[in-house]
Amino acid sequence: MRAIAAIFRADFNQHIQYRASALAGLTTQFFWGFMYILLYMAFLRSNPSAFPMTQRELMSYVWLNQGLLIMVVIWFVDLRILDDIVKGNVAYELCRPMDLYHYWFIKSVSRRLARAWLRMVPLFAVAALLPQPYRLMPPISLLHGLAFLVSMLLGFFILNALTMFLYAGTFYTLNPTGIRTLMAAFMDLLSGSLIPLPFFPDAIRRVLELLPFGSVQNAPFLIYSGHIPTERILPTILLQLFWCLVLYAWGRLLFARMIRRVSFQGG
Amino acid sequence: MITVNGLSKSFRVRRRQAGFGQAVRAFFSPKYEIIQALKDLNFGINDGEMVGYIGPNGAGKSTTIKILSGILYPDEGKVRINGLVPWKDRMQHVARIGVVFGQRSQLWWDLPVADSFELLRDIYRVDAQRFKHNLDELVQALDLSLILQQPTRTLSLGQRMRCEIAASLLHDPAILFLDEPTIGLDARNKIAVREFIRGQNRRHGTTVILTTHDMQDIEALTQRILLIGNGRLLLDGQIDELKRRVSPLRRITIEHSGPLAELPAGVSIEDQRPGQTKLQVDTSRVSVSEAISQLAKKLEIEDLTVAGPTAEELVLSLYKEYTL
Repeated sequence: MRAIAAIFRADFNQHIQYRASALAGLTTQFFWGFMYILLYMAFLRSNPSAFPMTQRELMSYVWLNQGLLIMVVIWFVDLRILDDIVKGNVAYELCRPMDLYHYWFIKSVSRRLARAWLRMVPLFAVAALLPQPYRLMPPISLLHGLAFLVSMLLGFFILNALTMFLYAGTFYTLNPTGIRTLMAAFMDLLSGSLIPLPFFPDAIRRVLELLPFGSVQNAPFLIYSGHIPTERILPTILLQLFWCLVLYAWGRLLFARMIRRVSFQGG
Repeated sequence: MITVNGLSKSFRVRRRQAGFGQAVRAFFSPKYEIIQALKDLNFGINDGEMVGYIGPNGAGKSTTIKILSGILYPDEGKVRINGLVPWKDRMQHVARIGVVFGQRSQLWWDLPVADSFELLRDIYRVDAQRFKHNLDELVQALDLSLILQQPTRTLSLGQRMRCEIAASLLHDPAILFLDEPTIGLDARNKIAVREFIRGQNRRHGTTVILTTHDMQDIEALTQRILLIGNGRLLLDGQIDELKRRVSPLRRITIEHSGPLAELPAGVSIEDQRPGQTKLQVDTSRVSVSEAISQLAKKLEIEDLTVAGPTAEELVLSLYKEYTL
């Protein structure tokens, strides 16, 4: 526990220092946010009856997505870990009395939190002050707000558990680019990052909502805005919990097998 | 206490000829070859010993170190280190060992060295008092006080290596594995590192297993060497004994006044200058002390040094003997 706290602290402190990156990210996120909003507003105006979300739901979705981007996209991975795997430096990690899975999991969590924090605060502050209809409104009720926090936490756990599969894949292929690109493309589409899941045809949407990807951001964001009604909150969160457990157990199993088979080349 | 019995390990390596045609062929049917990295290795190392593990490039030195440090699974064989099987009881085992891979870094690249050390303290659960004591000792012995606050990436190789060694010792490991710890270091840093390792062994009784291509490391640090070649253990013995076995010749350099008249049997001149003569003594015919006393009867000897074959020469002749 002490080790986990120490690693979290060190990583968090390190990543919170990247101010230029945070500023650049913030600008990008505003830009993307407005682009999405203008695009969807055009849809909405052309045919309001075919639009699956309310305007308020959409604004929440877009701004939450942009503000929490680092906490919901898989491509924000620790390049140093990928490098350690490819170059074999991971040998040292295995020489420590520490579970590699937990170590990297914590690094992934702290790194994302540190970076997300820097973007989230200014972006939400500004988005909450924008003129209507562009404004980010508070959660629809206190219950939805609290459920959102729980759901977001579980979604974040699932994202990090998925990230561990990316690291594991790199062990096998020794080239992180391919697997990272592939996973990023799938995730962007299947998690509702590119298009919120309510926009998918019903049959496809129902499947996507059941997959772990839909639990990362689609579930918490839709709880926040009330798109997921009160009676659907509990099942949604239980599904997220299910994926947390399954992905965690699966990932640990994969790592245990991988460590048995890993070989260190050279030097 | 380390015991190794019948240790074997093989790797599967992908192989193809150079050229585009071969590359295309390899794409559809890759060819693999099994490389036997270690074959039936047997040895034992006692607590507090310093052992040099030598052999040419690709002999299997690093593979052995990786198995002994618990990060690589062998195909066959038994290893027990202080009652534990390294790869099975990895977490328990690694808590009691220190490892330095000369070609890699265990420090956090962007963090100041002191922060890396504190992280290691928490990872190894070293209590605060012991950590402070160890850190003070290491900082002093390895002269780290000025670089402790610098991020690792800003350190020179020599500075970094001293920090790496300190990092591997913060938790009082019983066994220290050093895989080429002096690679790329200048003379001063090499000597500082050797000096320190010797002291660590003396003060704390740390068992040290050292692989290196630098024979001066071996000579300065170890009494015993294990020679490995093509994955087999070829030789296990004391350096002094091996030197005697490899070559019965000793070199005596004497500074003398007056001419050198006749030589004792078994002694020949290697090089002669006015006032200084280098002699070779064949110890199979006459002992070094006998040769010296005979020389002293006829000569006014002002100074005298005796040298055996260097570790470098020893290893070279061993490689030759085993056709490595």
